[in-house]
Amino acid sequence: MLDGKTKNASTNSEQVEKTIKAFKSMLLARAFEDKMIALYRAGKISGGVFVGRGQEALSASCGISLKRGDIFAPLIRDAAGKIAFGEPVIDGIRTYLGSRLGPMRGRDGNVHFGRPKEGILAMISHLGAMISAVNGCLMAKRMKGETGFVGLASIGDGGTSTGSFHEAMNQAGVERLPMVVVIANNQYAYSTPNSRQFACKDLVDRAIGYGMQGHTVDGTDLLACLDVVGRAVDLARSGGGPQLVVAKLLRLSGHGEHDDALYVDPNLKKSPIGRDCNVVAEEILINNNWANRNEIEEWKTEFATQVESLVKQVVQEPQPDSNTEDWCAISSRNLMDTFLNNEHHLS
Amino acid sequence: MSITYLEAIRAAQERALAENPNVFIYGQDVGEFGGAFKATKNLAKMFPGRVIDAPISEDAIVGAAVGAALQGMKPIIEMQFADFSITGFNQIVNHAATLYWRTGIPCSVVIRLPSGGTLGGGPFHSQSLEAIYAHYPGLIVLTPATVDDAYWMLLEAVEIEDPIIFCEHKYLYYHLKAEKISEKDLPIGKARIARVGRDATIVTYSAMLHEALAVANELATEGTELEIVDLRSVKPIDTDTIMASVARTGRLLVVGESWPWGGVSAEVIARVCCEGLSLLDAPPQRLNSKDTPIPYHPNLWGSHRPTAHSIMAAVRNLLNL
Repeated sequence: MLDGKTKNASTNSEQVEKTIKAFKSMLLARAFEDKMIALYRAGKISGGVFVGRGQEALSASCGISLKRGDIFAPLIRDAAGKIAFGEPVIDGIRTYLGSRLGPMRGRDGNVHFGRPKEGILAMISHLGAMISAVNGCLMAKRMKGETGFVGLASIGDGGTSTGSFHEAMNQAGVERLPMVVVIANNQYAYSTPNSRQFACKDLVDRAIGYGMQGHTVDGTDLLACLDVVGRAVDLARSGGGPQLVVAKLLRLSGHGEHDDALYVDPNLKKSPIGRDCNVVAEEILINNNWANRNEIEEWKTEFATQVESLVKQVVQEPQPDSNTEDWCAISSRNLMDTFLNNEHHLS
Repeated sequence: MSITYLEAIRAAQERALAENPNVFIYGQDVGEFGGAFKATKNLAKMFPGRVIDAPISEDAIVGAAVGAALQGMKPIIEMQFADFSITGFNQIVNHAATLYWRTGIPCSVVIRLPSGGTLGGGPFHSQSLEAIYAHYPGLIVLTPATVDDAYWMLLEAVEIEDPIIFCEHKYLYYHLKAEKISEKDLPIGKARIARVGRDATIVTYSAMLHEALAVANELATEGTELEIVDLRSVKPIDTDTIMASVARTGRLLVVGESWPWGGVSAEVIARVCCEGLSLLDAPPQRLNSKDTPIPYHPNLWGSHRPTAHSIMAAVRNLLNL
């Protein structure tokens, strides 16, 4: 098992560039999600809003460690990772606001979106289900003779209790896929603490049972996350088989914005895992002279402005219309079942 | 030289693998062993790396198929028994079936379900699950009843870009033989008039077709002519063919091996009543299995699902209504 505690910052310029890019993804994700929260509170969003506050460093490290041609299956707290992987932030805005121009065209909402053709799978809500889908993508790539690709799937501590998770982890091991599964142990699955979720000492101990190599990391420390996730991705890419990364952090929000999360242990909030990873990353950049406070404030303003302007654009975009909606769930239109009676009444 | 229903399924898969480089088969024991029923016999040897043994993980099997389809592959999944597809149910109905609607990307997978009862199968190796899959939008559910349909519908299914639930009947695997595979006639989505008649219509599918045909042949000796509609596909249902038959006969019995609550028989009757109540000369009838788990002992199993005997009784009742 590798233990990532990166306190000595590298001065390699490529590394610095990567760190700044990851940090900017974290800031943009935070700006995007803060705006979604504001819109939710103003009653402008149907359904819930789910944010990745406190998990941006880990998520961004996942997205930035992947390349074009890789497969990424993010979950609900991965806005930073998706942005770092290259997904335009407007996709999320359009999905939350139900724009017909968005990737889901109002048919699915909030965090359920992606660009599957570009390697970002669109999650379903059932936890663990996306891991085997990534496995299948990787099996297909291997059958097609592609090389040098990797897959990465996110999951939380709660998601590790599903049968789907277990089946997919075992499958990745059996097929010895270039797969990285990253567990963000944010201490609570909705309101359920780790103590009611699993009985093993540390989730990373499961790695050996799946034939995987295990890694742990402080999920609040951007440099550690970049290092450990990056190493796991490199190992998988270079034929080292599937990798499991377990990051310890704290969800700095409710499960969704409807949830005040009063159940969170105050001691955890005060503990090292309760640190805001964005603030920690800011200090890292400043202390290493990779950016100064003014620059960072400018970036924050820039991203907030960018998000504001995208929201202004998206609210002007067409919404789905039930009259012109294509109510057909299959692509083979000639095989669409017809329920004539309903259609008579509508016409 | 004759060919069984099972051999037709194997032959269709062999042809699909030979003709389409994107096709691969994934399922438990399908590789060197050739599958629990030998539906993939020798295929692993003939197509190295494309007939892949899976762990006993129905959820992950279907999940992987969804991923592979996203990458342009065409997976054929063999569930060892239809009953076990329920452990992969979530991936089928919530992932595969919703993908096109949500993302605009079709999910091109074929999931083969060895379905239906055989002697001694018992509660967990006998189920017919077409109705629960047909209930979900986004799936196409096929129920071939003949050797030709087993062959041609499976080949056609491989070409369809949407998720297919291919319900192949285990009783027919060995019991149903044809001299050879005939030329392809009807496409998926069309029901077949399996027998022309004038006195009553039986709408059925899969193994029950053969029970119904036996009844029709017996009644013909009494001068009663039953028309029999083989649905072939339960989603979509070819309502037009059903309605046209009912218009000719005025009487309808729907026979299905699966459980009575809801289901294909209820759906067919609902459509006929909603669209063509005036075509009926008598209340439409249905015959399904009993509303219990499927029994193990032959004495019980023989009465649990419809048989020629119970179909005959139902037809006589229908003709007297």
